[in-house]
Amino acid sequence: MAACSIEDVLAKAEQDEAEKLKSITVQKELDLEFDIGNLVAYDKNRIDIRQFREQKKDDFLRSLARDNTQLLINEIWKHPTERVEEVIVVKLPEPTTALPREKPPPKPRPPTKWEEFAKLKGIQKKKKTNLVWDDVAKEWKRRWGYKRVNDGTKEWLIEVPETADPNEDQFAKRNKAKKEKVAKNELHRLRNIARAQKIKVPGVGLTPTAQQSTTDLIRAVNVAKVSTASAGKFQDRLPKEKAPRNTGKKRKFQPVIGNFSNEKQRQLDLLKVMDSKKPRLDVNKAVNKQMREDDREESAAKFRKGGKKGRKGGNFSGKGKGGSGKGKGGGSKGRAGGKGQGPPGGKKGAGKR
Amino acid sequence: MKQYGGVIKPKTKRAKRFLDNRAPKLTENIKNAMIMKGGNTSMTVTQALKDIYALKKPSAVLYKKKNITRPFEDSTSLEFFSKKTDSSLFLFGSHNKKRPNNLIFGRLFDFHVLDMIELGIEKYKSLSDIKSSKCPEGTKPMLVFAGDAFDHENDHKRLKSLLTDFFRGPVVPSVRLAGLEHVLHFTALEGKIYMRSYRSLLKKSGCRTPRIELEEIGPSFDFILRRTHLASDDLYKTAHKQPKALKPKKKKNISHDTFGTKFGRLHMQKQDLAKLQTRKMKGLRKRRGPAAAAVVAGETSPKTTEVE
Repeated sequence: MAACSIEDVLAKAEQDEAEKLKSITVQKELDLEFDIGNLVAYDKNRIDIRQFREQKKDDFLRSLARDNTQLLINEIWKHPTERVEEVIVVKLPEPTTALPREKPPPKPRPPTKWEEFAKLKGIQKKKKTNLVWDDVAKEWKRRWGYKRVNDGTKEWLIEVPETADPNEDQFAKRNKAKKEKVAKNELHRLRNIARAQKIKVPGVGLTPTAQQSTTDLIRAVNVAKVSTASAGKFQDRLPKEKAPRNTGKKRKFQPVIGNFSNEKQRQLDLLKVMDSKKPRLDVNKAVNKQMREDDREESAAKFRKGGKKGRKGGNFSGKGKGGSGKGKGGGSKGRAGGKGQGPPGGKKGAGKR
Repeated sequence: MKQYGGVIKPKTKRAKRFLDNRAPKLTENIKNAMIMKGGNTSMTVTQALKDIYALKKPSAVLYKKKNITRPFEDSTSLEFFSKKTDSSLFLFGSHNKKRPNNLIFGRLFDFHVLDMIELGIEKYKSLSDIKSSKCPEGTKPMLVFAGDAFDHENDHKRLKSLLTDFFRGPVVPSVRLAGLEHVLHFTALEGKIYMRSYRSLLKKSGCRTPRIELEEIGPSFDFILRRTHLASDDLYKTAHKQPKALKPKKKKNISHDTFGTKFGRLHMQKQDLAKLQTRKMKGLRKRRGPAAAAVVAGETSPKTTEVE
């Protein structure tokens, strides 16, 4: 009797358990694959196409989704949970699906020239405090930056050293030195970056800038020509291209012990020039120089005249009439201003009125 | 910008933080998506783009203007936009007679196009059509991919990876159990891909694990797979390269056998077994004095020899 009842009880308990689990068990041919880190489930079972067509599509898909989600939830619930601020939270593992990155992994910064030297010499970085006690102002001031302790440019009194020129502006001198230091630092920083990225930085004046003059371009071409393995000896020239001039040494010095007769001749010529009473004059050069000077003076005079007259005339008309002063002023300037500008200025004035 | 190899330095701390956020990192940020329209779009396409933007908020940008480009031919415009908004996923919607209701899902690596997959919308129900209470914005969805096509065909495999990337949301170490509401279900069947979005209700079952009931919310799409532009194998491999620092450090001298028992190894110097320290039993020590020695020796000699 008792034995029967025990068996019954056990059987009943089993049935109850089965019923409980029935609500969350799902029958599948193949087990699903899970990536709990990403909350993803992959169902590889073949889908019965006939069933799919018989039922309404949405209902079929919904029941399929329900089954798969149930399995996913079962899997998630197997993981450890913890309580965080009255909320039960499940700890997810690392994601297992390999997904491509957004950007390539960061490369370590190559050491700068100073860093390499320090490593070589074994110099350690000494950590310094940001604030330093300043006795003069009786407060903590920064070691560097805004309102720092030893700011040379902010001093109100600089003693002029004995060896310096008394008319020199010491404050300006300090400011200039500061600017030069900043520029030098910037240059070194850019050089470090160029070295890190292995960009070749060309010499001064050869980097492409916005406006390059003919001389700059010619110089760049000449430097490029010479930068070959045979120093430009076998480089072809364009049909009408002239040989490069002003390249090479800027001053040529005679060898110390060489041609004695040549040296003697040169010394004698020099003495002759120094002795002679007449000045050595290159007539061509002198005439050209004079002509250039005259031209310059003329143009300067014209500009001055034109500017003065235009200004006076413009002011007067503006005061007199008031309205659209700019246009009228421009017109009158055109009328009154310089001999050279007469007719075109007049036309301009008419157009504006 | 600091991207010019560090030539232009940021002048404020805020600018520096902004640029550091966008710089390549060991553990990356969540991928942003840019959702844009092509030269000609239909109502379905615009509504679809808006719905997917709602799913992907806040890590998505929706552009209002039309962009007259063709991603499959010229991707420079896309790359420019991705650099501006720091996005590495995009969704391009367009409509023309040849390809009606077209959506192009794509992702970028290092601001260059990695993969692009074109899907055509055959049937579409928008968020507003389905009347039910929606999930809050920003919930991490559960993704389910059903159908053996996702395992066998190359195009579908890439599509699976792309959709996971697109919809997975931020990678978090833990999730609130009650917050597992949103489910996105993708089924691949007969060359078509059905996307459904449900809200899961956790019902009481007898045991700890709840029973799931689903309620359809959200947009439902019937996609058909059109053109693809997949990355070459080596570019794909480069994109997957993880930095060495992220690899978990292996602990030396610890091993596990098949039963799961943990074994450790100890390394010791060579020992002189003659001078080994063993347990001392005081009673066994040699006594001083001849009589005692004789008594003790008689009793204990066999034992001492053993010990020696």
